[in-house]
Amino acid sequence: MLQQYAIIGIFLLGAVGTAVGSIVVNWLVRPKPEPKGDKRATYECGLETIGPTWVQFKARYFLYALVFLLFDVETIFLYPWAVGFQELGFLAFVEMMIFIGILALGLWYAWKEEGLKWL
Amino acid sequence: MEHIFTDLAALVAGWVSGSPQWVQTLVMGCLYLIGVLTFIFLNCIFLIYLERKVSAYIQQRLGPNRVGPRGILQPVADALKLLGKEDIIPEKADHWVFRLAPIIILVPAIMVFAVIPFGKNMIPVDLNIGVFYFLAVASTTTLAILMGGWSSNNKYALLGSMRAVAQIVSYEVPLAFSILGVVMIAGSLKTSQIVAAQENYWFILLQPLGFLIYFIAATAEVNRAPFDLVEGEQEIIAGPFIEYTGMRFALFYLAEYANLVAVSCLGVTLFLGGWHGPWLPSWLWFLIKVYILIFVFMWTRWTFPRIRIDHFLDFNWKVLLPLALVNILLTGIGLKLYQYITLGVW
Repeated sequence: MLQQYAIIGIFLLGAVGTAVGSIVVNWLVRPKPEPKGDKRATYECGLETIGPTWVQFKARYFLYALVFLLFDVETIFLYPWAVGFQELGFLAFVEMMIFIGILALGLWYAWKEEGLKWL
Repeated sequence: MEHIFTDLAALVAGWVSGSPQWVQTLVMGCLYLIGVLTFIFLNCIFLIYLERKVSAYIQQRLGPNRVGPRGILQPVADALKLLGKEDIIPEKADHWVFRLAPIIILVPAIMVFAVIPFGKNMIPVDLNIGVFYFLAVASTTTLAILMGGWSSNNKYALLGSMRAVAQIVSYEVPLAFSILGVVMIAGSLKTSQIVAAQENYWFILLQPLGFLIYFIAATAEVNRAPFDLVEGEQEIIAGPFIEYTGMRFALFYLAEYANLVAVSCLGVTLFLGGWHGPWLPSWLWFLIKVYILIFVFMWTRWTFPRIRIDHFLDFNWKVLLPLALVNILLTGIGLKLYQYITLGVW
């Protein structure tokens, strides 16, 4: 069990190593003088960029994140249930359907309140 | 041919069998890693060529045909060109986050391959939470895209990364739910057991709706057209990747193609019978099925126009998610009926 996760760890290190390695190769091969001046300007439409970029953004994205959170937590409950589904018997099935029903009710409410509408 | 890779692994395992346990794990882990990296890089190189050719033929063009016979060396030329490009970091960018993002995006793209059964007994790590691990690791891609978009200090990049978060986060829900039906039938999260359960019939026959939902959600997860709102060349000029040049840009695209291969691999494992097939070696069957699925992804990409973001997210929450819930319900009822008929108990 622990060995399996050790191999996962090797994969993690190897992936980071691959990415860093390719950037190092790039550093070895590329022309050395550091780019300067207009080359380092922000590339948008060919004009100078106007105003700051890091501004407060509309909360629409936040609402999606909230609904996502709701269903993602549900996923965590559903996966163990799905694994044991065939042994758990009929009652567990009905219980889970009630649980999903409550969440579907929440989705319906968000829908009704136009929480899912893109403005 | 069937045992060529497993024999290789057994050979290396034989060499280190006298050493302590941790040395064995380390050597085998590195071997699996090298195998997976080779698989990813070869596939990515080939996919760049394939995508350009497929798109060309769909649009009645010839595509790349100058470098090598039929342009087959085009991806090599591309890779060499990107490798020699200078490294431009915009003046106003958040330097550290900007440098980190391409590294972070490649990590989940490689790590997800750890649980893919490439052939009979050819699975790097047979985790008991295999499918769940795949979903959990793959979801961190969002973070890297957000980092890249935010740190570029470019308005298009920020728009793109905001879209990426809304899109990938939304489509994660139907993706996770569509897999649930398969897990219920197989009764396991181990990818090896899910493949073993498909020996007689593929799960696409039992889960046609689940496969459709998986396919659509996976297209959105890997940001491919018609759902490539994150990049959207015509409206937000490549989105989060706009300020990236040279190798960093190449890493983003490498990760993108690696993700495409990964979702195709998972799709084949879950719905198309994994490595099961007659006559040919199991790993070849797996590769053939993966490429058929990738071809369908490309076909979709070059056939449908891009969808507007409000329609796109509406479609997710109001069509795909209820459908996925109905799919779970139907699968549950079907399984219980089957149990009642064959075993006489609920």
